[in-house]
Amino acid sequence: MNLTLKVWRQVNPATKGKMVSYHVTDVSPDMSFLEMLDVLNEQLILDNDDPIAFDHDCREGICSSCGLMINGIAHGPQQTTTCQLHMRSFSDGDVIDIEPWRSGGFPVVKDLVVDRSAFDRIIAVGGFISAPTGTAPEAHSTPVPKRDSDAAFDAATCIGCGACVAACPNGSAMLFTAAKVSHLGLMPQGQPERDARVLTMVAQQDAEDFGGCTNIGECSAVCPKGISMETISRLNHDLLGALRAGAVPAS
Amino acid sequence: MAVSGIIMVLFLIAHMIGNLHVFQGAESFNDYSEWLRTFGEPALPPRTLLTVIEIVLVVSVLAHMWAAYSLWAQARRARPVAYVSKKRVQQSFASRTLRWGGTIILLFIIWHLLDMTFGAVNPQGTDSSPYDRLVASFQNIPITLFYVVALVLLGLHLRHGIWSATQTLGQTNKRRERSVNAIAIVFSTLLIAGYLVVPAAVAFGLVD
Repeated sequence: MNLTLKVWRQVNPATKGKMVSYHVTDVSPDMSFLEMLDVLNEQLILDNDDPIAFDHDCREGICSSCGLMINGIAHGPQQTTTCQLHMRSFSDGDVIDIEPWRSGGFPVVKDLVVDRSAFDRIIAVGGFISAPTGTAPEAHSTPVPKRDSDAAFDAATCIGCGACVAACPNGSAMLFTAAKVSHLGLMPQGQPERDARVLTMVAQQDAEDFGGCTNIGECSAVCPKGISMETISRLNHDLLGALRAGAVPAS
Repeated sequence: MAVSGIIMVLFLIAHMIGNLHVFQGAESFNDYSEWLRTFGEPALPPRTLLTVIEIVLVVSVLAHMWAAYSLWAQARRARPVAYVSKKRVQQSFASRTLRWGGTIILLFIIWHLLDMTFGAVNPQGTDSSPYDRLVASFQNIPITLFYVVALVLLGLHLRHGIWSATQTLGQTNKRRERSVNAIAIVFSTLLIAGYLVVPAAVAFGLVD
């Protein structure tokens, strides 16, 4: 099939970007979206043009590197990662808009590549537990209710791709932070830091130029891992608990 | 946002039930209005109940507006460059109209106070009884339409607000999600219907 792509081109963070049109021919419906971009880039290189910069790594839907706004929807028309989106989701002659994630917390590096280190900083302030190192402890010595372990595992499937921020009308990172807070807060191993974790992670999120959550739900609808809005309620529950307990983040 | 919203919802329930006195006739409605002013007398000074309600409501409205403004300002900072194309995936009409709806509701409240409380913009003028003011306003089609539009927006505001407040207070989970949304829809519809029967009754001549 033949497609017209309108791609955001931006040379560096300081310059203004714009949408540029490209034509791609002979696209197989079995190609992934990223393979289709590879084909376009080979064409551009042959034409002595600058290839389009985009993030990608595992191409198996697990590493969270790829992430594009495709026709105004984070990761495109399927609820999956961009690398797992196939060209059979489009038809011959389609015009496809491709943009980077847009957020104050995710500055554009080049073209479709954004700097997502804000997520790393949110994890760094609270996404850990204190555990003794050495031999692995006997697993049965710390029982975890099945319901809690299931909910914690659902939250832990968050790969941190940033689609939630990209899709949110407020540009909020709440679903990401909530997934991390829920994941550790539900496990017995996560209890010692539970109050301090939610306070520091929410404070870091606010410091990163992300918006505030108004529970619209766009984030969960585009999340490739289907992280539920329940996690946001859980974060708020923990936050109110921590504030009531007068918890002070450990320095 | 959630706490100030809940306080205002409690007031809205009481206000809606109070309005229904209109169906018991002019005397009952005016007596109810008088009772609100003289509640607790002679143990309490006049207007004690009303003054307490007014203070609580003013504080709630200001807190709600401040929270809404902060969220709006934060959202603007959070997306300095707009998308060229952006599609909605699942957001409700109610969640999308929250900010403009809230602004229109604020303007409506100002009008409503000038109309029904002070009578300044009421066709009956300032020295009329509450019942006369109500009937006079709702016999005027443009005023009635404004009331209807504002109340429908208020209903949408509550439909999203009740769900959002439940989330903010950390009381939602996967199993409750559907029932919380169902309750939000049913409650908003019933509340707004309770308000709208009054102008409808005047417009159709059941109350005059």
